[in-house]
Amino acid sequence: MNLSMRWLKEFVDIGNISPREFSEALTMSGSKVEGYEIEGEILKNIVVCKVISIEKHPDADKLTVCQVDIGEAEPLQIVTAATNLKVGDLCPVAKDNSVLADGTKIKKGKLRGVMSQGMFCSVAELGVTLNDFPYAITDGIFVIQEEGAYPGQDIREAIGFNDTKVEFEITSNRPDCFSVIGLARETAITFGKELKLHTPVVKTIGKSCKDMLSVKIKNPDLCPMYCAKIVENVKIGVSPRWLRERLRAMGVRPINNIVDITNYVMLEYGQPMHAFDLRFIKNGEINIRLAESGEKITTLDGIERNLSAKNLVIADAEKPVAIAGVMGGEYSGIMDDTTTIVFESANFNGSSVRLTAKEHGMRTDASSRYEKGLDYNNCIPALNRACELVNMLDAGDVLDDIIIDDCSVKNQRKIPFDYEWINKFLSTSLSIEEMKDILTKIECSFDGDYIIPPTFRPDLEHKADIAEEIVRFYGYNTVKSTSLSGGAQGKYTERQKFDNTISNTMLALGLSEIMTYSFISPKYYNKILMPENHLLRKSVVISNPLGEDTSIMRTTALPSMMEIIAKNYNNRNPYAYLFEIAKEYIPTDDDKLPEEKNKLIAGMYGNNVDFFVAKGIVEELLEKLNICNYDIEASSTEFSYHPGRCAVFTINGKRLGVLGEIHPKCSENYGINTKVYTFVLDVDLMFENTQRNKTYIPIPKFPAVTRDLALICDIETPVLTLEKVISNAVGGILENIKLFDVYTGKQIEKGKKNVAFSISMRSKDSTLTDEQANKAINKAIEALENIGAVLRS
Amino acid sequence: MKEQLENIRKAALNALNELNIQQDLENLRVKVLGKKGELTAILKQMGTLSAEERPVIGQLANEVRTTIEKAIEEKQAELKAKETERKLQEEKIDVTLPGKRHILGYKHPLSIVLDEIKEIFIGMGFNIVDGPEIEYDYYNFEALNIPKNHPARDTQDTFYITENILLRTQTSPVQVRVMEKQKPPIRIISPGRVYRSDAIDATHSPLFHQIEGLVVDEGITFADLKGTLETFIKRLYGENSVIRFRPHHFPFTEPSAEVDVQCFSCKGEGCRLCKGEGWIEILGCGMVHPKVLSNCGIDPEKYSGFALGLGLERVAMRRYNIDDLRLFYENDVRFLSQF
Repeated sequence: MNLSMRWLKEFVDIGNISPREFSEALTMSGSKVEGYEIEGEILKNIVVCKVISIEKHPDADKLTVCQVDIGEAEPLQIVTAATNLKVGDLCPVAKDNSVLADGTKIKKGKLRGVMSQGMFCSVAELGVTLNDFPYAITDGIFVIQEEGAYPGQDIREAIGFNDTKVEFEITSNRPDCFSVIGLARETAITFGKELKLHTPVVKTIGKSCKDMLSVKIKNPDLCPMYCAKIVENVKIGVSPRWLRERLRAMGVRPINNIVDITNYVMLEYGQPMHAFDLRFIKNGEINIRLAESGEKITTLDGIERNLSAKNLVIADAEKPVAIAGVMGGEYSGIMDDTTTIVFESANFNGSSVRLTAKEHGMRTDASSRYEKGLDYNNCIPALNRACELVNMLDAGDVLDDIIIDDCSVKNQRKIPFDYEWINKFLSTSLSIEEMKDILTKIECSFDGDYIIPPTFRPDLEHKADIAEEIVRFYGYNTVKSTSLSGGAQGKYTERQKFDNTISNTMLALGLSEIMTYSFISPKYYNKILMPENHLLRKSVVISNPLGEDTSIMRTTALPSMMEIIAKNYNNRNPYAYLFEIAKEYIPTDDDKLPEEKNKLIAGMYGNNVDFFVAKGIVEELLEKLNICNYDIEASSTEFSYHPGRCAVFTINGKRLGVLGEIHPKCSENYGINTKVYTFVLDVDLMFENTQRNKTYIPIPKFPAVTRDLALICDIETPVLTLEKVISNAVGGILENIKLFDVYTGKQIEKGKKNVAFSISMRSKDSTLTDEQANKAINKAIEALENIGAVLRS
Repeated sequence: MKEQLENIRKAALNALNELNIQQDLENLRVKVLGKKGELTAILKQMGTLSAEERPVIGQLANEVRTTIEKAIEEKQAELKAKETERKLQEEKIDVTLPGKRHILGYKHPLSIVLDEIKEIFIGMGFNIVDGPEIEYDYYNFEALNIPKNHPARDTQDTFYITENILLRTQTSPVQVRVMEKQKPPIRIISPGRVYRSDAIDATHSPLFHQIEGLVVDEGITFADLKGTLETFIKRLYGENSVIRFRPHHFPFTEPSAEVDVQCFSCKGEGCRLCKGEGWIEILGCGMVHPKVLSNCGIDPEKYSGFALGLGLERVAMRRYNIDDLRLFYENDVRFLSQF
């Protein structure tokens, strides 16, 4: 909210404090200043001048040469094309070396051979509008009609364009601060000054309005109080400058005196006001009720709105005339020929106003105040202030009496004054008097051991709220800091360490960590070739997404990885080796939370990567994580993968993960024209199966014996099968089997392949003899023959 | 014979002097000392000598052999030294050629900063707790003193799944879950992904990371909150950081504060980085609202606590001078490999 410093100073005398100092102080006492702006700060060297003479330009038909008085000995000569000036007019002149509102610099110079010592200015060139100066014109020089303006006067001073606007961030717990008076109260306490409040004095004409209007609240929970007052013989016109100036500084456009009064009171008191034309209040009857479904109203912004049964409205005998707390109806609004008006000052339920405003997509100055919860005790003072302003502006005759329906529940909030608790809580040592002093300033009263907060402070409910009030004026930064006591131990859990090990291993293996969005588009499932009716298509759906691309929670991390791979590929990065520990979100029952699974996903492309590089990474990782009892099998049914280059990892029959070359169709869907390898591993399952207790295995004392085996077998026989046979046959002395060649080609019969292993054997207790080794190897050869693998001759 | 021996010695030593190649040296050894060599040939004739001459000539022959052997050995060493020298010369390389690089994996900058923050808190006795990203409205809002239709809900535009299930807008629900399960003392941080329906631009993202902290125990004070955060900020931003606590409002804490550090760039004078304010807001915090404690089954008369929350992206952006938040989620390797 913008605050006019000029207006503020009417309530609290803070002298000529700089805006920066003011902002700093208010920020530190709890009213955050976002910034400030001095009106007309950019304008330089623009003064009021009085036109002395106007003559034709000797060489230009459309120009005139004027002599103007700027309060100095010598007049200025100004050449102008403007035609709306006459001798004796006061207007702004930008002198040599001046700056206009848009930053334009003006220098003296010759116009068609005649010296011009500056330039006359229009309204826009000063940075103000016709709303601020309704008597001015758009296309022409601003002829000033301000009282007291004199030649040579700084233009900002002459037209009152020199206020300072301070922008506050008002938090939702402080509806009272959405007003000049509220911020003045904070200012007064912050600077230790007196708050000078004024009680409105209304002059009425001795005629009652009681028979002209009736007010009835039908839903007291949504409208605790409704007050109205009538003004007759209204003269609609322009507001005086001081009022327009204040509205402008607060960011509100002046319209006419009556509308301006309602806005003025809202800004000053924080109490939204409305004015109806009494002619359009059927039967002089105001009912505050819920709308009936099917009812319609055209609001002041000209839009017809269909009302729902949840919308509180102000209705006359027949129809709604305003949406309560949000916006008035066009039909019953103030017009140029309005003569009798009803001022409304009411209190509405915050949630109700908020929901209605949201439903109709119309957050107004009024609704944004109401929705935070306003003080019903503010209704009558605000109403009186509006009528006082009518008196001041001579805008009409105020009738006697206030028509009121008061349904407010007057139960006083009481908070125990536990000053010892507060001192302990804040770690302060304030005396009860010091606390009382602060609380009195925020207008709390006391009842024995209880504090009674003012009704405009709905946020004060608990002793912790009181502690906050105390400490913000005592000073957050005055409280001496202490360290936490007690020797708590912080540490990573086993699972957190496990995840760290995964990350560190992937990093060591050359993969970089990425972070991707958890939400995707349902279309991404098509891109990874997921079949139409696949279970994983059932995703957690966001009911109010930003867009389709972020509309569902992924059930598989693959599309996210593919997006990033594609981005890198399209950015012409020659390679990318990436991983992420990513969540997958699997829906359960509708009213239960989905399952969040943790997956390790890796994606790679580039010259140095192939299936076995990727597989090597998986093997290294599983070894590092102490997971050894896993199985691996070829799979041709993983929809995103090349059917001949894909492996599925399992552990005790549970799916551990998948590894493979991305299906060329899938790569194509991402515009990737190279081979992409990915693997996905279930982190939760890995954690379940890790051998946590590592024990040292002694370094062998006796030498190993190695034997090489070159075998011919069917081309379809997996190497893993051969290895398993060898491993079973060799038994306990087997140290490891190393595959060193796989060959198919000329020398090998069609349908067969040559597979060569180096088998290393070792005994723990003695040097292995040749006979022992040969015996084991022969056993292996025999077993291999049984599955059709024979020694290559 | 004596003369012959002298000649052999002379000839061999002369030949050695001339000699420069390893193979020639080997040849010379065979020629002179070998089984069929000159010296052996002479010795074979020893039988023809008289008994008086034999020891004299024998001694001379040994002397000659020793001399030649020694000379060959010396030559051998000399040649080897020369050879080594030559090889070293030959093996000279241009050390300014670029090194052969390994491909390293790079940790994501957000992880680097998060790890640092975790370590700081672990050092102060905090544990790290995770929780679901898809949450019940109750844990994300209601338990935190933000009932339905509370205006504070407007400031956190929420993605809903159903009326009661949403994408968490903060990691505070983790704190509620911890308080429900664990009796004080509690000292935790909960880092993680949070979601708000902000359109993607240079400073906004519908998904970002938060780190929230919670301490609950008997006798926790506002001064403890200040002290803990001062320590944290000084570890993160340096011992010389100037910090201020500024009153603010959050529904789940009372009193609430925002914490600013003095602008690193202008030292409080006001510059473009700090938008002229001289201070940069870095986190929100406050004393846990008594209602939140009671909601979680903790007696606010007995216990008190504080909570804090900060955005990870903003810390990382400031740390590395990154001006566009989208870079974190685009994951271009040219970006990743800078950290």
